[in-house]
Amino acid sequence: MIGSVFYFSISPEEERKVRANDREYNEKFQYANNCIMTSKYNIITFLPVNLFEQFQEVANTYFLFLLILQLIPQISSLSWFTTIVPLVLVLSITAVKDATDDYFRHKSDNQVNNRQSQVLINGTLQNEKWMNVRVGDIIRLENNQFVAADLLLLSSSEPHGLCYIETAELDGETNMKVRQSLPVTSELGDPNSLAQFDGEVICEPPNNKLDRFCGTLYWRENKYGLSNQNMLLRGCVLRNTESCYGLVIFAGPDTKLMQNSGRTKFKRTSIDRLMNTLVLWIFGFLVCMGVILAIGNAVWEKEVGFLFQSYLPWDPPVDNFLFSAFLAFWSYVIILNTVVPISLYVSVEVIRLGHSYFINWDRRMFCQRRNTPAEARTTTLNEELGQVEYIFSDKTGTLTQNIMTFNKCSINGHAYGEWEMSRAQRLDFSFNPLADRDFCFYDQNLLDSVKLGEPAVHEFFRLLSLCHTVMSEEKSEGELMYKAQSPDEGALVTAARNFGFVFRSRTPSTVTVQELGRSVTYALLAILDFNNIRKRMSVIVRNPEGKIRLYCKGADTLLFERLHPCNHDLMNVTSDHLNEYAADGLRTLVLAYRDLSEQQWEDWAERRRSAERAADYREDRLAAAYEEIEQDMMLLGATAIEDKLQEGVPETIAILSLANIKIWVLTGDKQETAVNIGYSCKMLTDDMSEVFIINGHTVQRVREELSGEQGGWHPQQEEKPQQGSPPAPALPSLLDSISGEYALVISGHSLAHALEADMEREFLDTACACKAVICCRVTPLQKALVVELVKKHKKAVTLAIGDGANDVSMIKTAHIGVGISGQEGIQAVLASDYSFSQFRFLQRLLLVHGRWSYLRMCRFLCYFFYKNFAFTMVHFWFGFFCGFSAQTVYDQYFITLYNIVYTSLPVLAMGIFDQDVPEQRSLEYPKLYEPGQLNLLFNKREFFICIAQGIYTSVVLFCVPYGVLSQATRNDGIPLADYQTFAVTVATSLVIVVSVQIALDTGYWTAINHFFVWGSLGAYFTILFAMHSNILFSIFPNQFHFFGSAQNTLIQPVVWLTIALATVVCIVPVLAFRFLKLDLKPQLSDTVGLSVF
Amino acid sequence: MMASGYSAKEEDGHLPGASGAAGSGVAKSKKPDNTAFKQQRLPAWQPILTAGTVLPAFFVIGLIFIPIGIGLYVTSNNIKEFEIDYTGADMSSPCFNCSQSSSWNSTWPCRCSIAFTLDQPFESNVFMYYGLSNFYQNHRRYVKSRDDSQLNGDKSSLKNPSKECEPYRTSDNKPIAPCGAIANSLFNDTLELFYIDPNGTRTQIPLMKKGIAWWTDKHVKFRNPGGTNLNLSTVFQGTAKPVNWHKSVYELDADLENNGFINEDFIVWMRTAALPTFRKLYRIIQKKSNMTPTLPRGNYTLDITYNYPVLSFEGRKRMILSTISWMGGKNPFLGLAYITVGSVCFFLGVVLLIIHHKYGNRNNSADIPN
Repeated sequence: MIGSVFYFSISPEEERKVRANDREYNEKFQYANNCIMTSKYNIITFLPVNLFEQFQEVANTYFLFLLILQLIPQISSLSWFTTIVPLVLVLSITAVKDATDDYFRHKSDNQVNNRQSQVLINGTLQNEKWMNVRVGDIIRLENNQFVAADLLLLSSSEPHGLCYIETAELDGETNMKVRQSLPVTSELGDPNSLAQFDGEVICEPPNNKLDRFCGTLYWRENKYGLSNQNMLLRGCVLRNTESCYGLVIFAGPDTKLMQNSGRTKFKRTSIDRLMNTLVLWIFGFLVCMGVILAIGNAVWEKEVGFLFQSYLPWDPPVDNFLFSAFLAFWSYVIILNTVVPISLYVSVEVIRLGHSYFINWDRRMFCQRRNTPAEARTTTLNEELGQVEYIFSDKTGTLTQNIMTFNKCSINGHAYGEWEMSRAQRLDFSFNPLADRDFCFYDQNLLDSVKLGEPAVHEFFRLLSLCHTVMSEEKSEGELMYKAQSPDEGALVTAARNFGFVFRSRTPSTVTVQELGRSVTYALLAILDFNNIRKRMSVIVRNPEGKIRLYCKGADTLLFERLHPCNHDLMNVTSDHLNEYAADGLRTLVLAYRDLSEQQWEDWAERRRSAERAADYREDRLAAAYEEIEQDMMLLGATAIEDKLQEGVPETIAILSLANIKIWVLTGDKQETAVNIGYSCKMLTDDMSEVFIINGHTVQRVREELSGEQGGWHPQQEEKPQQGSPPAPALPSLLDSISGEYALVISGHSLAHALEADMEREFLDTACACKAVICCRVTPLQKALVVELVKKHKKAVTLAIGDGANDVSMIKTAHIGVGISGQEGIQAVLASDYSFSQFRFLQRLLLVHGRWSYLRMCRFLCYFFYKNFAFTMVHFWFGFFCGFSAQTVYDQYFITLYNIVYTSLPVLAMGIFDQDVPEQRSLEYPKLYEPGQLNLLFNKREFFICIAQGIYTSVVLFCVPYGVLSQATRNDGIPLADYQTFAVTVATSLVIVVSVQIALDTGYWTAINHFFVWGSLGAYFTILFAMHSNILFSIFPNQFHFFGSAQNTLIQPVVWLTIALATVVCIVPVLAFRFLKLDLKPQLSDTVGLSVF
Repeated sequence: MMASGYSAKEEDGHLPGASGAAGSGVAKSKKPDNTAFKQQRLPAWQPILTAGTVLPAFFVIGLIFIPIGIGLYVTSNNIKEFEIDYTGADMSSPCFNCSQSSSWNSTWPCRCSIAFTLDQPFESNVFMYYGLSNFYQNHRRYVKSRDDSQLNGDKSSLKNPSKECEPYRTSDNKPIAPCGAIANSLFNDTLELFYIDPNGTRTQIPLMKKGIAWWTDKHVKFRNPGGTNLNLSTVFQGTAKPVNWHKSVYELDADLENNGFINEDFIVWMRTAALPTFRKLYRIIQKKSNMTPTLPRGNYTLDITYNYPVLSFEGRKRMILSTISWMGGKNPFLGLAYITVGSVCFFLGVVLLIIHHKYGNRNNSADIPN
């Protein structure tokens, strides 16, 4: 959303008091004004604040500590700039990035803060900038304007104080919503009367709940309850409303939009955690080496250095060998610190950023229809995409399209919509001028029933046309457009429309329906709205004849409990139909009505009013009141809506299962629907030995069922408690039961028990033994709990994919959250780490991008640790020959530049561009994904191999020049064994060896790799000669001691022979080893890679 | 740090401010560009280690390295080298007395001479080295204890040497020139070589003391302050000699081109050795004519003016005579190493070839499991 918001309040606000048109009164409370600041810095604070933030990184602080050590002359074994140059480079790269980000935040802040709005000041409307709007001001909004702050709607140009808003910015839902002002304030239509308005609002403190608001308006000695229905939130856009007036309740950072912009929890990958562990180990290793060398120093100073004092006295504060050893320890910590290079973390971030861009740029993950490319919303998780073992998928909108079509229905015990493919004929709705031309239905019987005037059928469609929250828009006569919050509702209302019950328009208190050509206006008495717990919605309407009726539609389980007993037979018939529908994978709703007498209505309305007025537990009381009236209902029938599978879902699931990824479907749908979708997307197959269904309502039952399933692997226990079991197997043989495939279906209420602490292990073991797991009827919280369970007990990477608000908790819990940008708004996308619009893109995200990212990151890390050990450990060996004095082997400029110039870019290029097999191959051979799941490419073992290789290289790099140069002379008789020649020889060998090594490691040589590898070598020699040149020496003779060394050293054939020897000795074993591995135990990727050429 | 910044930037698009444009107008296609770079389809070379590439590489390396190694080894063996330890640690050694009495502050020089025999004539130019053992010229504190600015002839550094030179920075409140521990410990033995004729006459062999340092050191890195034409003693007025020195820096040689900081013995010493056992070029014996060898077979004496104490730290001093070839002095290691590595490569190649033929995976795509 928006970057973090910094504001400081003196003490947490407990309740908010706002008096309209009284700035003086409101100022007492020091509410935040409407100026938002998402930026973190300004010009003055940038440097200190940014540096402070950056030094909270342990690595940066560590290097600062090293820098301080280097300033102590007795310790300093390296010039201060060897540390400060990389440190400054790293800090400034980050700072530049932060500054750029902040600049854009400033820009957008400014733009927002300077928007104009009309504020009522002293009775007149004045144009003010947004940032000058205060709490308690009354502002005027016009059509298509953004709402400037969280407002209490006072009045609008539309009748009844209604206004329409679009909340896409806020929650991503694109349908319009209606808001209504309190009747008392809706009369305040002009600035003059509004200026007189002095009501006081007392309400909850600022919070981030977008869908609720609780407050009370005190005006003229009266109390009026305020709810979210009366609020216009910042970020919304006013639509279809000429103008409206609102009272500012929350401004600026207190608005719900800004309160929602908190940063989400930072996820880390397993590679990250491994890397941190390894870095700690390396620190331990560093300290060990420091200690060994310090002991060496103590011994040397005691045995040799003490005697050598006539040539080399001890530094003044040093008076014995122990103190000298102590200093030597720190000196060695300084020169050996390059085993943990500062550039590691930055390089890793750069590589991940590159991979994220590749995901964003992938055309094959672009959805033409929705015009949405895939988006990597976090850049820190890419390589974990290559290690996923469990996928938790939502069903609706994720596996399915979430485009609903009214498919079948059961009315009064009669099923409609059964048709045979052969004589399927689309119904002709031409009798109805208002029909939606895209609507298809194939059962003539239903239309005939409507035309014949069957009362139940009429009532059925009447309910569908009345009981909903759809908004209609009629641009011109007969051109109806419906805007529905959920696609199910849209489908139902559209069905009613085509069968002659056309919902035309609504006001807050009426609904107008065109019933078979006759316009009827119902008085809308109450809407008992839908939520996830109630799983039903009702309306109470009064028809023109004055009869009051409650219409209810909802989930079958809940509605069947609330039916009048006389419906028993009908209920059984309908229930059979429902099972059939569910078996076809359709989404079902049950419809019922209840007639209310005037008295009943009055009584209930009173109870509801009191519940609404209640200050505390208002929602619970309302729910209880709703419960009261939704009783003794008469069953009308049921609807079945088809939700088509998305394109390529079965194929994707098949490929992912081949890649050894286990897919669990967590859905709110009912069991039959879920199982059916399971079959249609090939998660469940008829070949499966057994599909276990766990459906128990009690702890005991669930436990029995679970252990029963486990017993199911043994032939003697095949008694399973299950309902409506799909392919029931006949006594599987022992062999079958071991090799066979199983699937588990568990329902929400059983899951609640299965997730309890004492049973979760059992549940998990059973579930993991199954090839497919489907959890149906689960709540959002349960979704998260299931993910959490797998995360906790299996050391596996989990991925959650979903599209709706109910998937957010699961998406946030899983290691990787993927959001499908689809029909249900964008909350899931906002909470996700990756988003795209088709489930089938998941195979590409995991098998191509994830696999590559993992491969690249592993290769990168292996090489990175290798090159730094090869580089640094030479100092260790040299320590034994230089009296453990912490003398470096290399020129200090070489040490400064090695990591940031000479060796950084080739390995970065490999980390970003490397490929082992072409992308289509990784989709053809899903088994290629396995090394990532088993974590084979970079683990502690691989790390030690890299380290060992690095140490071996360092030994060679020290010993070969030592062996050759200690006796060698130039061809003019001058010995080659001087320190500077040695340093240049070792450094050059090192650069060449690590370049050859990266050349071996790079599997995919693009022009960029060539450029970086050759460029780095070129840069090394260029810089070497520049650093050792006459010009620099003549300016700073005391800084460039190595003047002339490059020229004098690199013209000697012996030096080049030494370098060649060292390179061959370093590389040949690696080459032989790799060849053997490839030849004798080729990995799948090798074989696949080979077969390409 | 970068990650969070990146996502924040992405999300800025959802700010109410930024969405002004998005709210109106037809959204243009967000389809990513179809470039090879963005679609990760850059043309690339994909090297793969196959028997066809690796095995020949091993043989080629072997075949290149073995002849080079043999060449190097033969060349090295043709070089004549003679080495003599003159430390005088042994009672039997002629320099024993000198070694016992010598110290930095001994006033009169101690002399000793050692007789030796060359069994073979040294034909071409002969290079004379002194070698020191157990002398840590590569110690960190030693290496840094110099002022290159002073040695480069900078006048302010002459009067005010770098702090790195401590404790050899000043002496009696006068700046030391040249300052620092390296300069202070300058090797100051004098070696002279005499040929003893079969009839017993001693002929001194002329030793050339120029051309023993790097050209860049002699001509660029080391410079006397105030140019070359001045009287060095006045230039160095106001400075002290290093405490261990017997004479000042401007008295090192009578030759103006080889005096002061540009004295080649001094320059050679200042180029510190990488290892605690090292040799440094001392003199060159130039070939006089084609007819006679530079050093004919026979008896020689080495006359030593023994100034440099090394016994205190168990050091050793050597004198080395050596001829050189195109690849420098005697260096059997390099030749042997090349022969060894070459043979190992060749051998590895053979072994890998056998392994490959016996067990190797040669059927490439036939058995890809799916």
